Amino acid sequence: MSFRLAVLGAGAVGGSVLDLADTYGHEVVAFADSASAAIDPDGLDSQSVRARKEREGVVGDGDPTAVFDTDYDVLVEATPTTLGDAEPGFSHVERALLDDRHVVLANKGPVAERYGDLRALEAESEGRVQFEATVGGAIPVLSTISDLGAGHVTAARGVLNGTANFILSRMAAEGLDYEHVLAEAQDLGVAEADPTFDVDGIDAALKFVILANVLSDEATEYRLDDAGVEGIRNVPGTALDLAAEDGRTVRLIGEATADGVRVAPRLVPKGSTLAVTGTQNIVQLETQHAGQLNISGRGAGGPETATAVLSDVSRLE
Amino acid sequence: MSAQNLDGEGDAETDGGGEMPKPHTVRLELVDEPGQLLAALQPIAENGGNLLSIFHERGNLTPRGHIPVEVDLECPPDRFEGIVDALRDAGVNVIRAGAEHFGEEVTLILVGDLVDSDLSDTLYRIEESADATVTDVSLSAPSGTKETSSARLRLAARSGQTTAALAAVRDIAAEKELHVVEPLTEESA
Repeated sequence: MSFRLAVLGAGAVGGSVLDLADTYGHEVVAFADSASAAIDPDGLDSQSVRARKEREGVVGDGDPTAVFDTDYDVLVEATPTTLGDAEPGFSHVERALLDDRHVVLANKGPVAERYGDLRALEAESEGRVQFEATVGGAIPVLSTISDLGAGHVTAARGVLNGTANFILSRMAAEGLDYEHVLAEAQDLGVAEADPTFDVDGIDAALKFVILANVLSDEATEYRLDDAGVEGIRNVPGTALDLAAEDGRTVRLIGEATADGVRVAPRLVPKGSTLAVTGTQNIVQLETQHAGQLNISGRGAGGPETATAVLSDVSRLE
Repeated sequence: MSAQNLDGEGDAETDGGGEMPKPHTVRLELVDEPGQLLAALQPIAENGGNLLSIFHERGNLTPRGHIPVEVDLECPPDRFEGIVDALRDAGVNVIRAGAEHFGEEVTLILVGDLVDSDLSDTLYRIEESADATVTDVSLSAPSGTKETSSARLRLAARSGQTTAALAAVRDIAAEKELHVVEPLTEESA
């Protein structure tokens, strides 16, 4: 089945959804950034929209709110993640659900900070909410949990921030200090100019909060405030050296268990399953009857995250 | 369906399977005669034990005039009884044996102003309140006492007490404004 998509957020993820939608048999009928919108009921041409954004800084002539008045089936919410009330993302989702449209989220805010509100809105709507892209980019974490049944998964742990993992694994491999590797990561585009979200563990914590919400199956609602979060700024090169001498290394590991959510730098055996290198991500699911399942892959990036978004769209069929 | 037993509890042994070796300590008393130490170590190797270290307290005699020797060895938990029996059969005087002395080991890293926050006091308090023995310490402080340094600690706690020991370390570290890089104990290596 072919869906008409309305995409909010013209960053790396939104842009890639616009580029790749037709390869999944869907079309984008509305595309908006924070200031402008491009609308075409017959389907937008990704190249001309992208070219205009680059040339003029706007994606089209429309007002962003006009997106909701178009005839779309699925809202793709890919605006930047915000904490607390998760606005404006949450209001976008609310509007679409009130109009009985489906919603696919790449924005972690509404799922991590207002999971209960989100599920309540969904329950009243004909539309459904999917959010595979919020956890681990292209890695099918949530769909795997859904296939297993949340009640059969007792814990999820792993590495869900490529920036922090790149920094730690590069510090360990080259014996370089944090500041040096961070600057290098920024040059490579692996770390953002303001790396706070990544290196302080907030991004990873949001993902594990989402996992905890999914695993608890609405019995308990988690928010970022409920998570124990420690970043990697306090891990000096000397700690990595001492770990290496003992056949270990340090990774920023998140855990979503019955005890809650915790993200912190942890010692793991060198070369072990969770000691992935570079920007690689991994999730380990502890199952009730089938031992451990490990899924790894690229946890970030435009086309990678758009792949998860478009898989979610296809699941709505 | 095959008739194979696929239940995790009844896994057939493959390479890498079986019970993981655990460290144990035995304390022996030897008669001060040549060849006694070698005679005492043989039953350990012959019964599947792997020697880790031998502390031979020569010059420190027991009231009965014997030489105390402390042997750390590693073996699967189910082999340990057999090793102690073999030692006794060989006429070796086993004073104390058991896994409770060494139980579980856990490695962690402390980060911060370790020197100014008095590392030896930190270690002393960990042993006191965590009911654990600090069996190894490695300190890395390349910039002297001025900057952040790291220390890797190996703690031996009684079986089942690792979580409590780690919690105690966390409390002491928080009080001294140190960071703890804890091990991820649940992970499959």
